[in-house]
Amino acid sequence: MTYVAQTPEQIRGLIAKAKRRDVAFVALGVVALGIGFATFVALFVDMLIDGWARLSPEFFAQFPSRRAGQAGILSAWVGTTLVMIVTAAVAVPLGVAAGIYLEEYAPKHWVTDLIEINITNLAGVPSIVYGLLALGLFVYAFGLGQSIRTAGLTLALLILPVVIVATREAIRAIPGVIREGAYAVGATKWQTVRDHIVPYSMPGILTGVIIGMSRAIGETAPIITIGALTFIAFLPPAPVTGDFPFLSFEWLKAPFTVMPIQMFNWTSRPDEAFHANAAAAGTILVFMTLTMNALAIWLRYRLRKHIKW
Amino acid sequence: MAANAIPGVPGRPVVSERLARKFSRNTKERAIEALLFLAASVSVLTTAGIVYILVKESAVFFGQVSPWSFLTDTQWTPLFDDAHFGIGVLLSGTITSSAVALLVAIPLGTTIAIYLSEFARPRSREIAKPILELLSGVPTIVYGYFALLFVTPILQKLIPGLPGFNLLSAGIVMGIMIVPLVASISEDAMRAVPMALREGSFAMGATRLQTALNVVFPAALSGIAAAYILGISRAVGETMILAVAAGMQPNLTFNPLEPAATITAYIVQVALGDLPHGSIGYQTIFAAGLTLLLLTLAFNLIGLWLRKRFRQAY
Repeated sequence: MTYVAQTPEQIRGLIAKAKRRDVAFVALGVVALGIGFATFVALFVDMLIDGWARLSPEFFAQFPSRRAGQAGILSAWVGTTLVMIVTAAVAVPLGVAAGIYLEEYAPKHWVTDLIEINITNLAGVPSIVYGLLALGLFVYAFGLGQSIRTAGLTLALLILPVVIVATREAIRAIPGVIREGAYAVGATKWQTVRDHIVPYSMPGILTGVIIGMSRAIGETAPIITIGALTFIAFLPPAPVTGDFPFLSFEWLKAPFTVMPIQMFNWTSRPDEAFHANAAAAGTILVFMTLTMNALAIWLRYRLRKHIKW
Repeated sequence: MAANAIPGVPGRPVVSERLARKFSRNTKERAIEALLFLAASVSVLTTAGIVYILVKESAVFFGQVSPWSFLTDTQWTPLFDDAHFGIGVLLSGTITSSAVALLVAIPLGTTIAIYLSEFARPRSREIAKPILELLSGVPTIVYGYFALLFVTPILQKLIPGLPGFNLLSAGIVMGIMIVPLVASISEDAMRAVPMALREGSFAMGATRLQTALNVVFPAALSGIAAAYILGISRAVGETMILAVAAGMQPNLTFNPLEPAATITAYIVQVALGDLPHGSIGYQTIFAAGLTLLLLTLAFNLIGLWLRKRFRQAY
């Protein structure tokens, strides 16, 4: 590009033109952001309008039904809650332990490098591939069946990279003097980790766990792949029983359905009456994931603001 | 740590050295370290498990179907009597829907990234970024519902004769879904460009836009390319939007106005049915999954490599 301007007027004209382009681009940027936000608002409002009539207490208390007007999400939200308990119970300890190992213990050699490359790659594997892993390994090779424990384990593996990365970032932000202080008064490595590193990185870890769990709640593909039934009109056995030892883990082996599967089932029916149910279930699902994400973002914001080492 | 220890009186070990010799203390430390290592190696086991399962089941599949016909056949009818296994049919759906998604996500994502990184005031950036993050947290099944029951009816008014299931609507919604991903990685890359480059450009009399397009964008190019490639990988692996809105009929087409099944939608379709374990139909989903894994793996590796490169540049 050659700018050959002879007179001051021409130069001023060029500058004015360039400045107008600046303003035009700002407008373009705002429009682009607006499209994103508008989509989101349209999505939420559309579902809310379609599903509003179905959002009543009975919707939460009824089983799915062949009649759209009587169908509810009782088995779906109970299933989601139970699967999430299994997922959290597996992914949180494993992810935090792995993060601690990689940040505090791991020697710099090829095994560590291998683990790190693995975690980065796993984060990019499509979720449906985890479903195939679970189908081949958990359902058939280990014989766990199409049960709550299979779904919980699958989703735990899926969100493991999220928890590990969050843990590592939180630990990395803790300055070295904290560790040196602990060692100086005679603490072992584990004592340092247990009493200092883990408590101080807790908000960061929590943020990662919440984001991971919100992802797990909305995951549909891997759970469909393990062959979860879509019509479940019963609840898993209760975890608390009247007889000794009062706790039962039979529910882990029970067949189940979850919120996103129920929504998929209703969405894919040609009968439009079911679409209202799908919209209502979707509204609840979006509300749950948004609340969790907002909580995580707020936690992170607070963290950045209040912690100054 | 030993190097930093305060030297004690010669001949008497310092406290830390005495503690270091305690057997029980050391055993416990070792055991804990071993446990933590086991937790870390779960990720390697997961990868190994994925590769093992996909390769094992695919090997059975390729024992019956030659890899050549898998790649070149123009029909995908695994459940018919006259079975054909041409993965190209499913790939065409995947490629078309991903292309539509990228046509939406790349212009939008790049514009947002340039705007947020070079123009927006810190305050509006602080507000816009979390909202974008929220957008990427919406479950994909919800996007699928939105594509099928909101976007498709609108498109049908604009394009008469558009079928209820089509790749266009699914692709557009998928594009919107990956905008936050593309925008956030591109923005990170642009903000990593040193301020001195911008100041040099401003000193020469360039405007913000000229600086952004001629200085910052080229300097951040490898990071931005990484964002695009990770976006492609995300689009290729996306499942529910396509399974809901693009239909599940295998269709060899590159026309986004038609319905077509993608690799991912096919896996869902088979999983929804009752295929007996060990049948050829059951094994096709693992062959399809292996294809999907190799595709996304290739994109991810290129993306990560590019991302690493831009990080080392400055």
